[in-house]
Amino acid sequence: MGTRKYLLGKILQALLTLVFVLFFNFFLFRVIPGDPAALLLRGSAAFNPQNLAQATQDLGLDKPLPTQFVVYVKDTLTLNFGQSFYLRGQPVSSVIGNKIWPTVLLVGTSTIASTIIGLIIGIYGGWKHGSTFDVTSLGFTLFAYAMPEFWFGIIILMMFAGGVGIFPSLFPTGGYETPAAGLTGFSHAVDVLNHMALPFFVLTVAYLGEYAIIMRNSLIDILGDDFIVTARAKGLREKEILWRHSVPNALLPTMTVTLLSLGFVFSGAITIEYVFSWPGLGWLTVQAIDNKDFPLLQGLFLLFSAAVIIANLVADVLYSYLDPRVRAA
Amino acid sequence: MRIPELQPKGDAPVLVDAGDVPPPIAPKSPRAITWARRKRSFLRVWAVYRSNKMGMWGLYILAFFIAVAVFAPLIASKEGLDPTCACTGTPFSPPSLHFPFGTDNFGRSVLTLTIWGSRISLVVGLVATLISIVIGSLIGIIAGYRGGWSETALMRLTDWFLVIPFLPLAIVLVSVLGRSLAVIIIVIGVTSWPSTARVVRAQVLSVKTRPYVERSRALGAGSWHLIGRHILPNVGPLIFANTIILIAIAILSESALAFLGLGDPLSISWGTVLEFAFGAGAAGAGQWWWLVPPGLAIVFVVLAFTMCGFALDEILNPKLRER
Repeated sequence: MGTRKYLLGKILQALLTLVFVLFFNFFLFRVIPGDPAALLLRGSAAFNPQNLAQATQDLGLDKPLPTQFVVYVKDTLTLNFGQSFYLRGQPVSSVIGNKIWPTVLLVGTSTIASTIIGLIIGIYGGWKHGSTFDVTSLGFTLFAYAMPEFWFGIIILMMFAGGVGIFPSLFPTGGYETPAAGLTGFSHAVDVLNHMALPFFVLTVAYLGEYAIIMRNSLIDILGDDFIVTARAKGLREKEILWRHSVPNALLPTMTVTLLSLGFVFSGAITIEYVFSWPGLGWLTVQAIDNKDFPLLQGLFLLFSAAVIIANLVADVLYSYLDPRVRAA
Repeated sequence: MRIPELQPKGDAPVLVDAGDVPPPIAPKSPRAITWARRKRSFLRVWAVYRSNKMGMWGLYILAFFIAVAVFAPLIASKEGLDPTCACTGTPFSPPSLHFPFGTDNFGRSVLTLTIWGSRISLVVGLVATLISIVIGSLIGIIAGYRGGWSETALMRLTDWFLVIPFLPLAIVLVSVLGRSLAVIIIVIGVTSWPSTARVVRAQVLSVKTRPYVERSRALGAGSWHLIGRHILPNVGPLIFANTIILIAIAILSESALAFLGLGDPLSISWGTVLEFAFGAGAAGAGQWWWLVPPGLAIVFVVLAFTMCGFALDEILNPKLRER
């Protein structure tokens, strides 16, 4: 199959999935318990039949379903997700937009850190597999996998907040910055990083096991291949065999996982952001849940899904360049 | 009992009896033969499994937790879950002889909460996995067996569910459908089947083309017979190994949903205990006895299921066995 046809197929597939998400989102919003118009006006002084009818009209709920769907798609394409229920009067798009940066900062940096550390652990474990280091790191990986990440977060939070035993309260345990400190420039950046330390640590530890184990397994696979035997037979140095022959090949599967995890840069830290009151998209999701803010939830879900779909597409395309064999498959 | 022998000589092999009275030996029905073979192969797998240290440890831990869940009423009185019970102690008290894991904000024993929480957590994990296995196997078998456009459509659907981030999807569904145990179980089940569908389909595709299936088809076997007698028994073990790992994921998912406040308010699982504790500020107050037991319970159960799953996978998956 030609490259162009392969790419076109992948793009079409991604678009189809996105359309599916749109459908899903649309119908989900129509089956929520209670009248959306009433929910929008809930608790406000403007709650009377006249306003209710007005709100119903504004939301377009009086029109037939197909018309509603067309309006919905048009609105979505122009990034108009309606108004948030609980932050009255604020458009969903700007509520979400304000929270993107903290999440990207936190999840992005911890994804990079966990990839690097995970790769190093995986390379050493796979190269000397069966060694004490390998067995220990495998055990740790399994344990980290079995641990709900939010629970690990709570335990870390407790240690640093309460100062259990030898752990003093070194880092702030919640929020994005010191409120009302009016810090700017460099000192502000330091303040933010200080607040980020604990959630960053928790996320990095929670993620790195996956990278370590994939790197380890694919390295062990490669080390059994014929060309490594040839390299050994030629008398190449061990270092050369590892870094020039094995690692670059074993990196491929790990790269895919890293690319795919970039799709979770928005939605990957929902529980951790909640634990550390980190004001990002995950924290916003919990707010939306608590306040039954359906338009906000709908917007967040669309963003989360779109990110994953796009990351999948990028991974597919890049992978086909790095490893042309998949295009033939 | 005397065993009839095959007579080697003569035109046709004839069953002869070595004794005086010919005992009427009914030939074994095909079903009995099949079951005997299955029993043998199960025992063979079990023999290999028993030598797998990781798998056996997983099994021991699981047996412990299942025993705790089943015998919960005998170990800890259910009244202990009621905040108004006379058996409650001073709120927030650290572990003592009477309350080995301390008490929560209502003075309830955290040990009692953890013991009773095991029931809900395990039930959610098991039932949700059952749902996802049924859906996944059905879709995988239909897609793999029928091929054509139904395969394309079903695999597209599978890909869609595979791509959509699980936690946000579950959050949206539970928020919309309401917070009850049934909804949580269904949502986890309905969102976690795609991996099963893929594995099953791949296996069906490989089994379908094997000569004995073709032979059976040539002899006039219908689809139901082929699927029920030849394909399902071959795909079964793989589904089983997959199930074990899915249970672990389902338990983790339930705890995350419960922690985000989407749990059933009327039932106590390990996730809801953690949610209460966190909401009541246990982390800030350093009340570790309230946070550690339910969390460790999750870790151990998930670890145990994962260990059993890995061990089974190693035995049933020929690719891994050779390593």
